[in-house]
Amino acid sequence: MAFFEAKNITKFFGGLAAVNGVNFRVEQGQTYGLIGPNGSGKTTIFNLINGYFPLTTGEIYFGGRKISGLKTYRICQEGIGRTFQVVKPLKRMTVLDNVVASAFLRTRSKREAVRLAEETIAFCGLTAHKDKLAKSLPIASRKRLEITRALATKPKLLLLDETAAGLNPSEVDEAIRLIRKINESGITIIIVEHIMKVIMTISDRILAINHGMVIAEGTPAEVASNHEVVAAYLGEDYDAQS
Amino acid sequence: MKQYSGAILLLAVMLVFPLAVQDAYYQHLMILVLLWVAIGSGWNLISGYAGQVLFGAAAFFGVGAYTAALLSHKLGISAWWGLPLGAVITFALALPFGWVCFRLRGPYFALATLALNEIFRHIATIWESLTEGMVGILVMQTFVSKVPYYYIALGIAVASVLTVEIVVRSRWGYYFVSIREDQDAAESLGIDTLRYKSVALCLSSCMIGLAGALYTNYMGFIDPRVVFSLHDVSIAAILVGIIGGVGTVSGPAVGAFIMVAVMEIFRSGGFGFLGKLSSATGSPFVATLTKYISEAHVLSFGLLVIFVILYLPNGVVGDWPILKKKLLFWRRQATV
Ligand SMILES: Nc1ncnc2c1ncn2[C@@H]1O[C@H](COP(=O)(O)OP(=O)(O)OP(=O)(O)O)[C@@H](O)[C@H]1O
Ligand SMILES: [Mg+2]
Repeated sequence: MAFFEAKNITKFFGGLAAVNGVNFRVEQGQTYGLIGPNGSGKTTIFNLINGYFPLTTGEIYFGGRKISGLKTYRICQEGIGRTFQVVKPLKRMTVLDNVVASAFLRTRSKREAVRLAEETIAFCGLTAHKDKLAKSLPIASRKRLEITRALATKPKLLLLDETAAGLNPSEVDEAIRLIRKINESGITIIIVEHIMKVIMTISDRILAINHGMVIAEGTPAEVASNHEVVAAYLGEDYDAQS
Repeated sequence: MKQYSGAILLLAVMLVFPLAVQDAYYQHLMILVLLWVAIGSGWNLISGYAGQVLFGAAAFFGVGAYTAALLSHKLGISAWWGLPLGAVITFALALPFGWVCFRLRGPYFALATLALNEIFRHIATIWESLTEGMVGILVMQTFVSKVPYYYIALGIAVASVLTVEIVVRSRWGYYFVSIREDQDAAESLGIDTLRYKSVALCLSSCMIGLAGALYTNYMGFIDPRVVFSLHDVSIAAILVGIIGGVGTVSGPAVGAFIMVAVMEIFRSGGFGFLGKLSSATGSPFVATLTKYISEAHVLSFGLLVIFVILYLPNGVVGDWPILKKKLLFWRRQATV
């Protein structure tokens, strides 16, 4: 039984198939990359996993249990955390309170929740911003807050949606370091990323999609050399570079 | 302890107030203030903290009030039993209502609460065999003096404020504010938003229902127009919340005081000052002015709200630092 498995998942928005018959498996401990051009259905796949949208057809299994059909908050309780591509900070709360709110998922004691939140904030390097209002943070820290908040729910599987988009090169390096550290702490990761440097260096395996359909699956090297992927997504530039 | 010293001092003043001020008129005003503290706190919990705008507070206020009135009118039981029972019944009303209507978001939920308000007003008007319709229900008052009512109202007001204070520091409070700030994010962080919105509404409705039941006991008479009033209860509850400061523990207390004071100043023409002025001067102009001002007390409130929204968008409590700076500035200018 796979740690995580999406079976033939499909999502229609009216007549548009945003995700169309996608299958993939993720093994425990992996960092699994998800790539595709703009509008190819990556975020929609996350929204399907996390129950934000109901599936049109298909099934999703996690830890041997079927999770498709569960409510979003139940899926989080089962151990799947996520970040949002368009960040959703709880604006008029401090960074600490943002994280405490999610840390309450695993404990009813406030002291314990605050302790877990502070620990997670330190792990993600946000301690300096702890008492600032979330709305006052720059984009790099907001992206980091998304990760911190998701981590405080103690997920077994973490879905990261373009957490490095909009960051400058040194911030991107920091983000890579953080994602590695999370993975090393034993959390399985599915990551959507446009920046090739990020996805190619940290993924164990990659799924490439276009128009909601799988075009390639394999190790980073395999996917990068796949003609369809190169044509659809990476473009001539990447081909020339490598 | 220091952070509570202000609250404790205020409580002490409130405790001795009816002993120091024997005038029944001022005692009556303070009872109204205390009732509004409870209603405003209830509104604030669901709307200010959980972000679900309650546009029909009168539904819960009226149900609490009618519970007390019907107990005495139909069953011959003391209307005081309406306090515990009114809270229970409003809770039992809020639970299924929330369960159904919290699937609606934002303005749609607010409209649903408005509909609830109107439905109950119509039921109370039409179902004459139960409620006596527009004739209303008369309840024998227990006390001649206002003092006992004052202390009961004080108890309910303090309990409401304390409940809000305790709840917002707890896990529930974190959940409520998370839902207000971003419901989708909250849900993705494992928060059962439907459930916690319902929890907030049930707590709120209990406070408002209690206030309603006390109102029946205190006033001795209710009819659908008064207790299910969209204007005098539902909207006034929102105003109390906004003026004091949405999402602050002490906001409703400040808002209640300001609202009752402003309404009364206008209604009574400056506590009778304008009336005295007109009879002293014998000027017909001042007399007409007095009449218009007292009739415009409803308008006054609208103006007050516009002022607050423009200059203190977070309410008197929420924007206290700004207000303080301005006041200090004026004082400094005055001394220069
Ligand atoms: N709620 C929605 N209603 C209707 N159509 C939607 C909705 N969400 C996404 N879509 C459509 O589904 C398709 C896939 O969108 P999705 O956001 O999953 O793409 P993406 O791969 O994440 O793109 P990007 O790289 O720009 O983030 C797009 O055509 C989009 O317009
Ligand atoms: Mg996307």
